[in-house]
Amino acid sequence: MLRSTDEIIADLKAGKCSTFTGGVHPPDEKSLSNTTDIQTLPLPDKIVLPLRQHIGTEGNVCVAEGDYVKKGQALTKSTHPFAVPVHASTSGTVVQIGPHVVAHPSGLSEACIVIEADGQDEWTTLTPLAHFRSLPQQTVVEAICDAGISGMGGAGFPTHIKTGNSKTIDFLIINGVECEPYITSDDRLMQEHAWQIRQGIDVLHHLISPKAVVIAIEDNKPDAIKAMQIACQDKPEYLVVAVETKYPAGGEKQLIQMLTQREVPRHGLPADIGILMFNVGTCFAVASAIYEGKPLIERVVTVTGRAVRQPGNYWARLGTPVGHLLVHADYQVKKQPTPQVVMGGPMMGFTLSSMAVPIVKISNCLLVPAKGEVNFSEQERACIRCGACADACPASLLPQQLFWHAKAKELDKAQSYNLFDCIECGACAYVCPSEIPLVHYYRQAKAEIRLEKEEKSRAEKAKERFEARNARLIREKQEREERHQKAKEAREAALATKQQSAPAADSSPAKDKVAAALARAKAKKAAQVHSNQSTAPDNDADKKAQVAAAIARAKAKKEAAQASDSQENSADDERKAKVAAAVARAKAKKEAAQANDSQENSADDERKAKVAAAVARAKAKKEAAQLNEDSVDAEPDTHSQKIKPSTDTSSVQVHNAESLSAEKANGHAPANVDKEKRKRIAAAVAKAKAKQAAKRNNSEAE
Amino acid sequence: MSVYIALVAIGALALTFGLVLGYASIRFKVQSDPLVQQLDELLPQTQCGQCGYPGCRPYAEAIANGDDINKCPPGGEATMKKLADLMGVEPKPLNAEAQENDVKKVAYIREDECIGCTKCIQACPVDAILGASKQMHTVITDECTGCDLCVEPCPVDCIDMVPVKTTTNSWKWNFKQSPKGDIPIKMVS
Repeated sequence: MLRSTDEIIADLKAGKCSTFTGGVHPPDEKSLSNTTDIQTLPLPDKIVLPLRQHIGTEGNVCVAEGDYVKKGQALTKSTHPFAVPVHASTSGTVVQIGPHVVAHPSGLSEACIVIEADGQDEWTTLTPLAHFRSLPQQTVVEAICDAGISGMGGAGFPTHIKTGNSKTIDFLIINGVECEPYITSDDRLMQEHAWQIRQGIDVLHHLISPKAVVIAIEDNKPDAIKAMQIACQDKPEYLVVAVETKYPAGGEKQLIQMLTQREVPRHGLPADIGILMFNVGTCFAVASAIYEGKPLIERVVTVTGRAVRQPGNYWARLGTPVGHLLVHADYQVKKQPTPQVVMGGPMMGFTLSSMAVPIVKISNCLLVPAKGEVNFSEQERACIRCGACADACPASLLPQQLFWHAKAKELDKAQSYNLFDCIECGACAYVCPSEIPLVHYYRQAKAEIRLEKEEKSRAEKAKERFEARNARLIREKQEREERHQKAKEAREAALATKQQSAPAADSSPAKDKVAAALARAKAKKAAQVHSNQSTAPDNDADKKAQVAAAIARAKAKKEAAQASDSQENSADDERKAKVAAAVARAKAKKEAAQANDSQENSADDERKAKVAAAVARAKAKKEAAQLNEDSVDAEPDTHSQKIKPSTDTSSVQVHNAESLSAEKANGHAPANVDKEKRKRIAAAVAKAKAKQAAKRNNSEAE
Repeated sequence: MSVYIALVAIGALALTFGLVLGYASIRFKVQSDPLVQQLDELLPQTQCGQCGYPGCRPYAEAIANGDDINKCPPGGEATMKKLADLMGVEPKPLNAEAQENDVKKVAYIREDECIGCTKCIQACPVDAILGASKQMHTVITDECTGCDLCVEPCPVDCIDMVPVKTTTNSWKWNFKQSPKGDIPIKMVS
């Protein structure tokens, strides 16, 4: 049962605050860095801006290499709701857009924009919305999105998503707890810029209109509490509450539990129980964006640890390489056994792989511990089942069970122990007497589970695509078959009509005659040309001529078959014609052989050969005429053509003539597929035979 | 007399239940073998055919009919164990050829060398290659299952299987693979 909002407000006003289970009290070490003012760093030469500095997706780059950009100019844009833009943090030239090592424990690279600073640090045009109260809510939310603001406490959740919330909100909680040891950036920000934070809270209050605003600060920061109280004294609905110093009180769920005793449901968000929470740094950025129009281009970074001579807080432009900050804090490498820089605090941070890693929107601290300051345990010992981790867990989980299952890769069992409710605060590992890096195991298990889920959805998609492809192939096959079927029917129908009208068709034979005559004339001409040339037969030309002749022969044969076909309809006649053709062929061959033989001797013999060919032609004509009275003209002509080329072994031009006639003959629509096929086969056979004969002739001639 | 009443009553009951069961068997008929369905869900759906069957579902059917569970190289050890678990058989070591490639890969077409023959497009079981005849082809990396089937038909050998690079999203907190960074989790007080 939720306590009523009024009850909670009354309790908070009276300074009564609950607590959460578990938690630890590590030495806070904050005095190292919280005694000096926030310093401004000189500009670095190079700025490296990762495209993705928040939870969600990266936007599309809208600048190119070589472009000049001004300070505050947006470098990416996107219509995706979970993408916030990245802005140039100083003026200069874009020198590279590509992978660069980023602030990630893996030390892997991500897409970054590298800007070479020109030192001018020139602002782009800024559009403040100081009169935001008179503007529609949507405009203000868009301005917050365009300013590139995402949560600056550590998670990097895009702020405009939270502010664009449509649920009714009871409490707007401003998180100034900063519970992790060493880190003092929020503390210093509250002390020095309380008024601007208050302005940011005003904007958020206007957008969200909650019943109460709670500014929560751990009680180990009395100066910050005082500063915020002064800044908010004219607003009675802004409650500045000091909470117990306990790690991890700054965790979202833990702080909500402390202040309101409400628990965020497992898969839910704080908004589901009427609460929204923003970090003080985020409020400061919102105020800059709305009152001054400045996008988020710098943040306060704590540089601390005993290996730097000047620990403190610095205003660092986003994209500043870590090395640049450390140089200005006077980093003493000699004080460390191995060079080591931790980004984030000692509980949740990670060791950086390179000094070139840039500061991003969520980097709040650089910890450079001296020898013996922070213990990086190498010695993992066996779990002794002491249960200290379960006492320390702020999420009331059973870290031991999770550890066993994560280590044994029993991922489903680990999930049944609510692995995903773990906030990875590191309290369990902190208290572990066996120095087991428990959080590391949980992170590995979580990553495994996430990837497994991804694999599964990929497999699902692959299966879908595979099935869709199979369905498509089957469909295409069916369509093809249907098409073939239709074409076949059409052909048959066409044949039927043709057979009916064939006897009446007179024009086609006439055409055939013309074509045949033309071919004949050309062939004759070619033969004449050949007779002029044949005195000096050359081997190469001979071969070419033979090929041409063979092709011509085949075409002539085909044409003859077609021509005769179009006129005679009965199979009987056709067979007769074929017999005639075969006889003619045989004779022609014989003649050709003889002709060739005689060709060797003299030009006289050639004339003899011609005579022989003519005789053969005549005979063939006669035979064909006898056999097929209907096709008197077409048949003998083709025979003559067939004979001539075989006698004139080197006539190239014959080919042209024949192809011309063949083209004409092709004008005939084939009456029947079957017949045509048969004809083709016959033609091929004839061609082969003719080739053989020609070869024989040639060898004889040689 | 009471014997007859009993007989009639029991008979009536038997008839009723028989009708109900008969109706249920038609009304709630299971369309496909649920075991095959379950097996199919465990398989990685690369449709690579390395098991000797044309796709994952045919292999699932074969397993249901008693084929070996260790023929799926893309699934690897983990899939084999799950199959063994579901089928209630002893886990078997993977085939020799299945063991060698454990790294996830995707196809990559060297686009300068592609002649646009569309042979790989026809080979791809998940339509993950884009292109047209005499135009350059390219692989949609997100859809590629790494099945290897496009490599063989390429006449100019311009397809490579490249291992998938670890990104910050797919990194598994394995510091041994990328020996950078660790988490400080304990302070000396």
